[in-house]
Order: sequence, then C-alpha cells, then structure tokens
Amino acid sequence: MNPARVESIVIMGASSGIAMAAAQRWAAQGSRLYLVARDAQKLSDLAHDLRARGATHVEIQVADLSSEKQVEEACLHILQRWMHIDVLLLAFGILGDQQKLVHDHHLCRRLYELNVSAPVQVINMFRPRFQEQRGGCIAVLSSVAGDRGRASNYVYGSSKAALTAYCSGLKADLQTYGVQVLTIKPGMVATAMTAHLPQGPLMASPQTVARDIVRAVDQGRSVLYTPWFWRWIMLVIKLLPGFIFNRLRF
Amino acid sequence: MVATSWGRLKGQETASIPIFWRHELPELIRRVDGPLLAHGLGRSYGDSCLIEQGQLLLMSPMQKLRWFDTDQGVISCEAGISFAELLDIVVPRGWFVPVTPGTKFVTLGGAIANDVHGKNHHKRGTIGRHIRELELLRSDGEARVCSPSQETELFRATIGGLGLTGVITWATLELIPIRSALIDMESIKTHDLEDFFSLEDDSAEQFEYTVSWIDCMAKGARRGRGLFLRGNHAKEGHPAPEYAAQSQWKVSVPCDAPGWLLNPWSIRIFNEIYYHKQRRRYVTSRTALDPFFYPLDMILHWNRLYGKRGLLQYQCVLPPDRKDELRQLFDVIAASGQGSFLAVIKKFGDLPSPGLLSFPREGYTLTLDFCQLGSRSQQLFRTLDRMVIEAGGRLYPAKDALMSAQTFQAGYPQWQELKRHIDPKFQSAFWKRVSSS
Repeated sequence: MNPARVESIVIMGASSGIAMAAAQRWAAQGSRLYLVARDAQKLSDLAHDLRARGATHVEIQVADLSSEKQVEEACLHILQRWMHIDVLLLAFGILGDQQKLVHDHHLCRRLYELNVSAPVQVINMFRPRFQEQRGGCIAVLSSVAGDRGRASNYVYGSSKAALTAYCSGLKADLQTYGVQVLTIKPGMVATAMTAHLPQGPLMASPQTVARDIVRAVDQGRSVLYTPWFWRWIMLVIKLLPGFIFNRLRF
Repeated sequence: MVATSWGRLKGQETASIPIFWRHELPELIRRVDGPLLAHGLGRSYGDSCLIEQGQLLLMSPMQKLRWFDTDQGVISCEAGISFAELLDIVVPRGWFVPVTPGTKFVTLGGAIANDVHGKNHHKRGTIGRHIRELELLRSDGEARVCSPSQETELFRATIGGLGLTGVITWATLELIPIRSALIDMESIKTHDLEDFFSLEDDSAEQFEYTVSWIDCMAKGARRGRGLFLRGNHAKEGHPAPEYAAQSQWKVSVPCDAPGWLLNPWSIRIFNEIYYHKQRRRYVTSRTALDPFFYPLDMILHWNRLYGKRGLLQYQCVLPPDRKDELRQLFDVIAASGQGSFLAVIKKFGDLPSPGLLSFPREGYTLTLDFCQLGSRSQQLFRTLDRMVIEAGGRLYPAKDALMSAQTFQAGYPQWQELKRHIDPKFQSAFWKRVSSS
C-alpha cells in the first residue's frame, strides 16, 4: 500500500485491546477510521485518542455485534457512508470460560454466534464492495487456539478453527479480485480479555501484535502468527502425535 | 501476582487489577476493599510502588490521549501512558517532554506522583511545574480536577504525593518546542570534584541539560573524577525523519547474573576503562535522544545484572553550600568499597518544586547504585543517612528501600501536612514504613 495516501479503515470490535493498538498505529499514519463497538463511552474515548494521534477523520458507531440485526444495520450504514474501504478489520470475539461452556450449550451457541456467525455475516455484507473495488484487505482476528483443539479451551479453539478455515477459503475465492484476506493468529496477548489469566513470559503486549498486523497488511500477507514464535510453537503442537497430545492438559 | 520494584524488591502476594478504561474506575474503587495503590511501570527502586495486604491498580493499559494541541504544544492524556509512547507521539511533530527522568519506561502518572526531575532541572525544575491540570479520583468516587489555580491544596499534595492522594487518571502536560530530534552534546573529562563544581556553574546558563558521571571508587586526589556531560537540542533539523531514523535496537539481560559478577574489582576495572575511554578533555558529538537521555534503557532488564539479590539505589540532595559534606560522602562511599558503576551527580537549580513532598531543592544531588549486601548495605546507608540529614539534605522516596521513619521525617518536615490529603483507602509499603513513629 502507498503510505502517502490516506487509508480508509473500518474496525469492528474497535474497543478490544488489539484493535485499539492497531487503530493507534493507523491513526499515526493519518488514516481515516470507522469504529464499531458496543460501548459508547469507550468509542468516544478512543475517537479522541485517535484524532489526537493524527487520524484524518474518525467516525464511530455503537452496535452490539452479537445482534444479527445490529450487525446488518451497522454494515449497511458504513457501506453507504464510505465508498472505498482499504482495510476491514474484524476484531471481536469472546474467550468464554471452558468449564462453564462444556456444561451449557446455550453459552456455546452464543460463543459461536459472536465468534463465527457474526464475522461471516459482516464479511458477506462487505464482500461485494471489495469485489467491486478490486482491492483492499479483509483482516480477521482468529487465534493460534484454532490450529488444534486443546483440552483447556477447545470450545473457543473450535470457533477460531471455523473462522480460520473460512478465511482460508475466502482468500482463495477473492484472489482473482486482488483482494487480500489476512488471517491473524495471535498467541496470548495482555488485554482485558485475558486479564484474569496468569501473566506468563509468552504474554505479548497488544502494541507488539498491532505492529505486526499493520505490517502484514502492508506486505499483503495472508496468514500472520504474532508474535512470530507462535508459528513454531503451533507447528510443534500440530505435529505432536496423538498419544502424547491427548495426555497434555494445556 | 507478586509485583516487583526496579530494585527487585518483592511485594507480598497481592491482587492486581489492570485498568483499561477511565470510566470503569470510580465504580471499581468504591467497590473493592482497600488498601489500594496505583502502580505504573514499577520503575521505583524501593517499596513506594508496592503495597502490603492490599490491591494494586495497574495503570499502564490506560494510555489514551484526550487531545493534543500541536500548535501550542500541550497534550492531555491518560496517566498510564509511558514517556516512551509520549515521545513517539510528540517528537515527530516538533515537541519534547519538558522534563524527563533517566528512563522512558515510566508512566505519566508515576512521574507526577514522584515529581520527577531530569538533566535540565536548573532550567525547568520538576515535571510538576509543567502540569497544567490533572484529574484525581478519590475512593468516594468523586473525580477532582486539580491545577495550580483550582483545588490547589490537593494539587500540591498530589504532585510528588507518591500516589497516596488517590488515582491520577489523566493529566495535561505543557511541552517544549524542538527543531531537531538530535542533541548537540559535549563530554568533558573532569579531574576531581572542584573541576565538576566549576563546570556545573559555568554551564548552567548556556546548556539545557547537564549531568556528570563520577568514578565513585577513585580516592584521594582523584576523588570525584568523572565525565561531565552537557547538551542542547540541535538548533536546526527535521524532527520527524531524524526520529524515525533513530535505532530502537535493544539488548536484554535474559536472566539473573551470578551474584559475584559485580564486585569491587570488576567495578573498578569498568570505571577505569569508562573513564579512560575518552582520551581528550573535550569531545563534542551530535547524538540521538536515547543514548543521551536513556542510555540504560537500551539494556532491557539491566537490574538483573545485580543478580537475585537485586540492587539498592541511593539518591540524596544537599544544600548548595554543603560541598564539604558532599566530599565526605564520597570519601565514605569510596572507603566502603561498595560503590557501583552508576554514580551520577547534578546540581539542582533554585526553581521551587510545586509538590508538598517533592524531593528536589536547590543543591547537589548524588545518585548511586549499590549491590544489595544485606547488613553491610544497611550499615553504610545508615552512616550516609546521618550525614545527609545533618547537612540539611534529604533522600528521594522513589529510590529508597531502607531509610528510617526518622530520616524521612527529618528530611520532609511537611509530611504531616500531606497526611490530611491522603485518601483513606490508599496506602503504600513505603508510606507504612516511614510514617510510623
């Protein structure tokens, strides 16, 4: 992408730690930003921050992305207001509590709705625009947890696996239109989503992850492990033979 | 979680609550049981950033800007923002923080709570002088905007108030203009303390920044020899490209060094080489910001060099006419053989500090690192404390882990006044130690 041109960036789930840090980097480059999230106060705080950091223009929209209707309205609204979109970043989702999830299929359904159905709905709505404009990038926050279901978080992991597979197909599908599809697979990131978990040495800052995302978008990449070492950790985990893997409780 | 201070002092097992959004704080503070203390990046050396049997509010995720007036050079941001982040935002647009401590890994809130100073104290005083406004959140849920003209008493108590008056949620900082992201600096090899005294006085007028590294192992006639550094922001240039070109490479000390690594011999050898590395008396250079302001930030986790035991820092200030006592301090330290490679001296100017409990006052400030040697350190520090207090000086709470309540109260007779402004739910391990009778 041409850094001299003002980029138009749409972020769904903009108040998440990773999305916010990415938005701050894009703002520093002078981008135009369209932010969607549920909490009006958070959106307003973030909009002030991004303007002060140099964003050319910031628009915000309050929407609960777990509601099919609100997702539809939000998408239609954006598509009406902005003719050209350079980057669509989907950064919403829930981690859930595995112990509760395995006993409650209503919770599981809610998790799948927000982590899978909602992103698919958003992408379906934006897809014609990207095909028309023959360019741009759809960047989707998946997770390393989707690479192989592990005992400790396979409900969340399976939702991210679905998203990863969807993005992989989407990429192949939109290839001929020159549209970039970026599947982002962060490891553990120190955000509000993980604040209740123990802080280990593998925990990355949202700023590190955001730097990698902005760079991967610029470089036109299709899969990003961030920080970089997760590619190798996940490779080992994927290669572990079943008789070992099944004994692990991580 | 166990929070740790920069001197590797471990707090007790405490619950820590990361704070992401300003508007969630009032409810949180009201709800949770105290005691509480806001904690930034944990760069205080001793226990002023720790708490016993309470909860730490981790402020560093709260780093959003509220606004930035790029014409006037005034920025308003949440208290968890680090100086590193601030510089990334303001330097490319031709501004610089008015005062910066020797590390950029501190938060704005922490800088205010310790009323930090820098190499330009003689020109600009402490950071508190450049705070136009701040918001203080009290445990009753009330948010109070304090400034030099509004809630003045609370403002004075909060600047240098060690986080005891409540949580600083945001602050508005006045910046200084720069035309270049480079520093024109001079390094002058000094023979002894007299040399340093006269250089300090000669440079105060023309140089924005002055500081001196001292070989604290040198005795006798060579006592106080070192390198005197002075510099100014380069007069012409292009801040944005210059800053972008400045390398952000860092090395990291991956694990604790063995305890014997830093010993009197290795330190003496280091100091000898460091002093003699510069052959000529004057060396001038144009340098990037980090090597001038934050040389130690390039080594991540440098405190691990001191091993598991950690390090102690000693920073005191003596009135300007107490040069004899200052010389005696050097003698005692050199004789103890406990000194380390970091020993820095600087003359504070006469600009008054706005905080009730601010450390800086006019005079000479001496900063030294020591290996933590248990009772030997304590003995040395007690001797130094006595000399400092007798000379009418005081110690810097942000660096301290050992001073007694008497030493603190003698250095800060106004401490009783601060007590009136302390939020009932707030406490720190440091305050517990020094406010007992």
